[in-house]
Amino acid sequence: MSASGATTTLRKTALNAVHRRLGAKMVDFGGWDMPVEYSGLIAEHMAVRTGVGLFDVSHMGDILIMGKQALDAVQYISMNDASKLQVGQAHYSALLYPEGTFVDDVIVHKLGENDYLLVINAGTREKDWNWVRQNVARFNCHAKDVGDYYTQLAIQGPKAVNVVQKLTDVDLSTIKNYWFKHGTVCGIPNTMVARTGYTGEDGFEIYVPSDVPTSERVWNEVMAAGQEFGIIPCGLGARNTLRLESKMALYSHEISEAINVFEAGLDRYAKFTPEKGDFIGRAALEKAQAAGIKRALVGLEMIERGIGRDGYKVFDTAGNEIGYITSGSPAPFLKKNIALAYVPPHFSALDTIVNVDIRGQMVKAKVVPTPFYKRPKKTA
Amino acid sequence: MAYPADFRYTKEHEWIKVEGNTATIGITHHAQDSLGDIVFVDLPKPGTEVAAHKSFGSVESVKAVSELFAPASGTVTEVNSALADSPEQINKDAHGAWMIKITLKDPGEVNSLLSAADYEKYVAEESAK
Repeated sequence: MSASGATTTLRKTALNAVHRRLGAKMVDFGGWDMPVEYSGLIAEHMAVRTGVGLFDVSHMGDILIMGKQALDAVQYISMNDASKLQVGQAHYSALLYPEGTFVDDVIVHKLGENDYLLVINAGTREKDWNWVRQNVARFNCHAKDVGDYYTQLAIQGPKAVNVVQKLTDVDLSTIKNYWFKHGTVCGIPNTMVARTGYTGEDGFEIYVPSDVPTSERVWNEVMAAGQEFGIIPCGLGARNTLRLESKMALYSHEISEAINVFEAGLDRYAKFTPEKGDFIGRAALEKAQAAGIKRALVGLEMIERGIGRDGYKVFDTAGNEIGYITSGSPAPFLKKNIALAYVPPHFSALDTIVNVDIRGQMVKAKVVPTPFYKRPKKTA
Repeated sequence: MAYPADFRYTKEHEWIKVEGNTATIGITHHAQDSLGDIVFVDLPKPGTEVAAHKSFGSVESVKAVSELFAPASGTVTEVNSALADSPEQINKDAHGAWMIKITLKDPGEVNSLLSAADYEKYVAEESAK
């Protein structure tokens, strides 16, 4: 239980001192010293599902691709069709290896006609940056690593819109899901406000300058504005359980350099139309599609007592090993023990019974529909 | 958090309270704090033999699993079955939410365990690392 380590080499966000003052438990996450929880993971998870929570996600990376052939470059290095994006719109996509497996997943934002912003994962920042830089070199465009320029805050939950609206002149009702606008936020002009997140809930991500005084001031203003809505700071622990309930992929778990797009079930974000044109991984993916997949990502719910966790092996009822769990945890909102697992496709039918090896004991689980949690449609 | 002076403690963060031949066992306040929200406990059935320093079950928070190590050897006589339905009691009151009671094989065995003062010092050193 003693998780001690050298913290001196870890990178810190501009809000590190704020997290420590708040008494957060800190962990090494992809080389970053990040808060895993403040008041408690379950309370934080529930705040986002039922009210609002605030996350520091400044460890995420950001890459700008600008210039005459910026669109061509983005099209070539990512699998979704960026030609469909309008200025002010974003979409989920991925950077792939020629084998059709994952470098990383990304959110692509179209900032201007020749101007794109890729938001990438923290643990893969260096790898992604090197990979992007090399692969856009053949285009008439300029790529820039701007990850250290921004403090990125995620305000998430059904009340997030009420909180952020108090702090900005942007009419948030005009920003649809996965769209963004620029406006004044906490007195800072030309600030990006995106209706995005990693929680399966409505919410916003704002990008402010990463100097400590500005970052701390904005954090405090968001907390103050959210007080009447019960806002609490939330850590990476809740971020993980929220994304798992919503079946959002996590790099090195559901997606990796060894898993292809079809296996991960993310092929709806890969476009093979003529307009999309060639992209890295396309040829391999078309082959993979024709050949069929050997494993599929399924949702599991434990039906016997026990919690299946990351890396636990999955067996059929006859005792044959058939796969493994990529992410598994108690689901605080659903109050069930859930997991995502790779199994051969013929085990992916709903209600299929499998066994999870929980530290030597076979515990029954069944295949259930995903996402495990889907947020209620707005009735207002 | 005050660590009761009539308990003994392990470096794996269990406590044991000895009364004659029997003992009550749980995990410490520090242990529950490190784990976070506890959602699951797996405890042995009455009649099970437990051995000092060996695993007798596990406790799980949302994000982690932690094995439970017996502070002393003996036979389980009682299990706190209320913890199955409300494991969060351990977060609320770790020193009250006992897990198992055992009949001690050798009551002298606990003398080698940490006193409250030593345990507190040990936790402080661990946290400073």
